[in-house]
Amino acid sequence: MTVELQSNDFIALADIALANPDLQHAVGSGTRGGYARRAEAMFAHSSEHGEFMRGQAAEAKRRALRRLPELLETAEANLLANGWRVEWAEDAAQANQLVQTIAARHGVRTVTKSKSMLSEELGVNHALEAAGLRVVETDLGEYIIQLNDETPSHIVAPVMHKTKDEIRDIFIRELGMTPTDDAEAMVAFARKMLREDFLSADMGVSGANFLIAKTGSIGLVMNEGNGRMCTSLPRVHIALVGIEKIVETVEDYATLTQVLPRSSTGQSLTVYTNILNGPARSDEDDGPEFAYVILVDNGRSEIYGTKYADALACIRCGACQNACPVYRSTGGHAYGWVYGGPIGAVLTPLFVGLENALPLPHASSLCGSCKQVCPVDIDLPRMLLDLRWDQVRTGESKAGWDAAMKMWAIGMTSPTRYALGGKAARVGQAVMGDYMPGLLGNWTQHRDFPDFAPKPFRQLWKERAPTLNPSPIKREGLA
Amino acid sequence: MALPARESPKGKRVSLFVTCIVDMIYPGTGLSVVDILEHVGVQVDFPPDQTCCAQPAFNSGYREEARRVAKHFFKVFSDAEVIVTPSGSCAAMVRHEYPHLFAPEDGAAYDAARRMAAITWEFSEFLVDGLGIADLDLSLPAKQSFALHDACHGLRGLGLGAASRDLIAHLGKAELRELNECEVCCGFGGLFSIKMPELSNAMLRNKVNNINASEAETIVTGDVSCLTQMNGGLSRAKSPKRVLHLADVLAQGLPGGRS
Repeated sequence: MTVELQSNDFIALADIALANPDLQHAVGSGTRGGYARRAEAMFAHSSEHGEFMRGQAAEAKRRALRRLPELLETAEANLLANGWRVEWAEDAAQANQLVQTIAARHGVRTVTKSKSMLSEELGVNHALEAAGLRVVETDLGEYIIQLNDETPSHIVAPVMHKTKDEIRDIFIRELGMTPTDDAEAMVAFARKMLREDFLSADMGVSGANFLIAKTGSIGLVMNEGNGRMCTSLPRVHIALVGIEKIVETVEDYATLTQVLPRSSTGQSLTVYTNILNGPARSDEDDGPEFAYVILVDNGRSEIYGTKYADALACIRCGACQNACPVYRSTGGHAYGWVYGGPIGAVLTPLFVGLENALPLPHASSLCGSCKQVCPVDIDLPRMLLDLRWDQVRTGESKAGWDAAMKMWAIGMTSPTRYALGGKAARVGQAVMGDYMPGLLGNWTQHRDFPDFAPKPFRQLWKERAPTLNPSPIKREGLA
Repeated sequence: MALPARESPKGKRVSLFVTCIVDMIYPGTGLSVVDILEHVGVQVDFPPDQTCCAQPAFNSGYREEARRVAKHFFKVFSDAEVIVTPSGSCAAMVRHEYPHLFAPEDGAAYDAARRMAAITWEFSEFLVDGLGIADLDLSLPAKQSFALHDACHGLRGLGLGAASRDLIAHLGKAELRELNECEVCCGFGGLFSIKMPELSNAMLRNKVNNINASEAETIVTGDVSCLTQMNGGLSRAKSPKRVLHLADVLAQGLPGGRS
């Protein structure tokens, strides 16, 4: 299924998620578990050590991004030297066209895929299916959502929004699994189904966690081993690589793989940490005959030139999603495009246009948890604030808010008008009682609002001031 | 951007920035702050023309409006030596965002923004980190148990948290207990709470459940905005528990208490 852009419906989609008890349970425990495991793994030695790793990773990624154009050229040269065939795609249409052309060139009928968020962004599955090919997602989570005709709801745990029972029902309904509640039996069942596809596929499509410029390699981390089956068993391998995935050296890759698994799954290392160096050499038994890298821009170079360039440092670990109290309440689908959570609230408007994702920069209480857990220290709250500012500047904020904020500023720049406003609020509250009108009713719908004080502090201060004793400690009969 | 360096506030006159919410809804908390500051020998003044830190406009993208209100703040506090405020959120606005709101080409406003950022302290931070006083030599009239809710901007914006716990730990007859997910947002988020009320409420419900499950009788926090959200939810859920501002808890230990 290709993701359909509906980010402007965030509030309605969030309400649907909030009303879904299975989703609430699944996402609530999935995110909290991930959050706790991350903290444990990052700070296993000490908080200083964890912060040190974060600092190193942030710097490795920034160093590469600063030299992005140059390093992409280096990467291309070294990829070619390794025997990769290198293609460039400006947008989704070009990328999909390339994938289709490559598949046709090699007479491909069945495609196995390992997890790739970029492929979701591009709608690669849809393009391949439209060309008459069979596409099988092989990451267990991706496999489940493909069976259920859904899109991933989380960057690293695509089926986080489903409970075990729901997954069991999907397997029974779609694959005729013998009913069982045993998770291991369910995994074994899926593995058996997938094994046949691995062996029969003509082409494997993967993403890339990193593109290592100096060695012309793809860095891929995974736990299920399915990625290896996709990249080594079929005759043809295509790696879809966003241009921001660049790092300079293998050492940088090592630095980043210190924080990526820790941040996403709480592991100090994933089960498989791969460096792929192109097609099988003549003296090698395993590996694809043809190995392609498609370097995809799809809006990235446009972001590169803006104040949001730092968002390109994201290594797609999902830690910000696990940490975000909004994401914990909604899951990823509410964000209405490929990426959910704080990074999605930033990336989506940048990729699809602010006007097509107006609620997303506001889908945050600005609590700062995302920035705190980000392994490469992206200041996501600041970007959300900047996106809100962009909305106001480009006239995409609601007229009602424009007027309200102007009035507010007029009130707050004059003590007299401020005091009058305070009085009006007290009178208004006395008249309205416990349930306030209009937008403020959004507050009292769920919570009680305290009474305005009969006398504001400024008045109490005036009444108190003459008795003020600047000498310490003793105070009696105050106010 | 590097924040302006901070000088020790010891021995300096304190100008209280009471915040608009404390002013209008919780004036008693403002008095508690003054009482505690005077208790430790600090001279406090209250610039009467103060209004708001500008955060509502800033956080919703209205930078022009925020700049105007911030400039009013500069005028009001122009001769302040040290500013203390009973809010981690408003303190973070002054310390982190004012320097972002103005550029060097804004001239005097830019200088003022950096100066305000350098001299502004959140209440607990001022006592513990600024003055070096964690033990206020105060004791509650009777035993009470407390747990801290770490308000977001104070915790992640200013690195607070330890100071409040330190102050409570030294308060006689006060016992500290745990609050599960004490670092997770209560769902207030300023205008977030009315722009996305269902989401805000979902976050609040989670907080209320955690508060109800805590062994602490009373929850303590450093921001009355979060306190308003949490007490609003607790009251609506008919919970007997309540959230108090740190200053009000400490002031209970003053000789004669605080009326």
